Amino acid sequence: MTHLETDVLVIGAGGAGMYAAIEAARGGAKVILADRSLIGRGGATIMAQMTVAVALGEQEPDDWEHHYADTLAAGRGLCDPALARLLCEEGPEVIREMDDWGVGWARQDGSKRGPMKQAFAPGHDRPRCVYVDFLNTGPAVSKTLRTRLIRTPEIRRVGDLLVSELVMRDGECVGAVALHLATGQPVTISAASTVVATGGLTRLYQRNSASANMSGDGYALCLAAGAELVDMEFVQFFPIGHLAPRLIGMDPIMWDPFRYKLGGRLLNGNREEFVHNYGASDDGKYVVTRDLATYAIVKEVEAGRGSPHGGAWLSFEHCSEAQLRAAAGPVIDRLAKNGIDLTKQAIEVAPIAHYHMGGVKADASMATRVAGLFAAGEAVGGANGANRLSGNAITEALVFGRKAGRSAVDRASRQGAVRADASVFDVAAARLLRGKSVRESNPAALIEELQSLMQKEVGPFRTGAGLGRALGRIEAIQGELPGMKPPAGKPYDTELADWLDLSTMLCVARCVAGSALSRTESRGAHQREDFPGMDAAWQTNQVIA
Amino acid sequence: MSAVAILNIKRGGAGEAQYHEIHEVPFEPGQSVLDALRWIRSHLDPSLAIRYSCTSANSCKECMVMLDGKTVYACTARLEGREMLVEPLPNKTLIRDLVTEIAPPDERL
Repeated sequence: MTHLETDVLVIGAGGAGMYAAIEAARGGAKVILADRSLIGRGGATIMAQMTVAVALGEQEPDDWEHHYADTLAAGRGLCDPALARLLCEEGPEVIREMDDWGVGWARQDGSKRGPMKQAFAPGHDRPRCVYVDFLNTGPAVSKTLRTRLIRTPEIRRVGDLLVSELVMRDGECVGAVALHLATGQPVTISAASTVVATGGLTRLYQRNSASANMSGDGYALCLAAGAELVDMEFVQFFPIGHLAPRLIGMDPIMWDPFRYKLGGRLLNGNREEFVHNYGASDDGKYVVTRDLATYAIVKEVEAGRGSPHGGAWLSFEHCSEAQLRAAAGPVIDRLAKNGIDLTKQAIEVAPIAHYHMGGVKADASMATRVAGLFAAGEAVGGANGANRLSGNAITEALVFGRKAGRSAVDRASRQGAVRADASVFDVAAARLLRGKSVRESNPAALIEELQSLMQKEVGPFRTGAGLGRALGRIEAIQGELPGMKPPAGKPYDTELADWLDLSTMLCVARCVAGSALSRTESRGAHQREDFPGMDAAWQTNQVIA
Repeated sequence: MSAVAILNIKRGGAGEAQYHEIHEVPFEPGQSVLDALRWIRSHLDPSLAIRYSCTSANSCKECMVMLDGKTVYACTARLEGREMLVEPLPNKTLIRDLVTEIAPPDERL
């Protein structure tokens, strides 16, 4: 069995994990950066289309305190003030460092060094969001960080490692055990500090905007290791995910940049504007917040005024071809290949699971309550409270990643090398190897069943009865799990990977549904049809241990 | 309106005998070959090894396979109402079924 040793182990190679690895290496640590997919290509960062919110004051005068005030207001009273402050205050430093590394933030004069363009996004008091054209923010951020990684010899990058367990000794996290997908063998990794940067949980939902490796891995890993989870009921739905016609090679959140740049008209099935009927304005400008737009679309569909596939129409038919091309460049050609001409047709959009406000409870140094265990990025809960402002996710990934990397290297240098006592690792590896080879049920099918269940009963609108049904079914599938585990040992065993994912997803789904059932009010992204309206008594964060 | 595609998939692990397996898959026009492979896993045979993470954005670059003799991303290749031949990449080391060793050498264990 392969055993690796390092000062700092970073799990997850999205924006947060890559920045954490770079920062830890900069502090003098030996680093292993592990990911279940290819390094820097999975996760949510690479999928980001446009906005990165940061108070740079390049477009208009700004200060991190204004960004902080907007973040707190969007969070409906539930933001962790220390985490929200960290995001807003240190955002400018990481965004400028990314600029130095050549990410290519769009400039006002089209030059390489002039003042950056900052776009207005809903919920912000002024233009604040930098981006990379065209619809290229996530790929550019990922590529820039990948390039830095390659130039940092202290970082060992290892893909195809699906971490199944954090390993504990005397109450401290001392590393992890992973399934090496390519060989099917367990791999053990000892580390003085471990950073969990595995992203969110959007794969729990049938309709989502993130990659298939966002199963909430870090939440389940940290909970099992003794860390706490916070705000698990707050799942953000992105209101205008692409619904129809079927597109290939395009991310479903692609319409966001179009709306930032061109406004666009959101219409119901009768081709009438409707957002104003729900107390917001959407007169051709993109100002309506995500929670309200989601509510308005779902209610129109319920009232029988949805678009043919059960969403709303988004129309740019009033825009000229020249305007569209100026806003989206080559994306117009990709749309043409899919048979779509936006000057002649509207497309259909509907809410899709996009981001998770909740997550691992960490302090402003990204430390969990478990010694040696840190979290970073979307895996951390609390900075965005009950609803996240558009543009805060990439900033959070980079700021929290950098902070976690620094804290991890601080601890590793205090701690010295981890004792090479292998018995705790062997126990965890043995758990991966156990199992039976005879298949009685299909874990891939059960994952799809869980995704439908979560979409229907634990989606943007919830009721006590529906949440109860969801919890009942989740617990029933959990009961079947132990008897259906395949043993490790087979190269690229997708059934075993599915079983591990299903186990993780059920654990996390139970946290989301359970927290949603307890919260008998509606706030931000958590809307209870049986408890409409905010209840001042619920201005509190739920913590799961 | 639903249509039927037929996928002829070359399967088997490294060092094992390769074989072809044929599945009929229902689809709506516009769907991708990856959609069909995922459908086979959840409806017929979860042991079929494929790899992908972004699912439809063409950003993860993991789902490369041979389709009718041409290298494609399964997420951007459109499914068609006929028999389609899906094979692992011939110039990469086979891991199992449609999965080949695509990671850069310095990112392998």
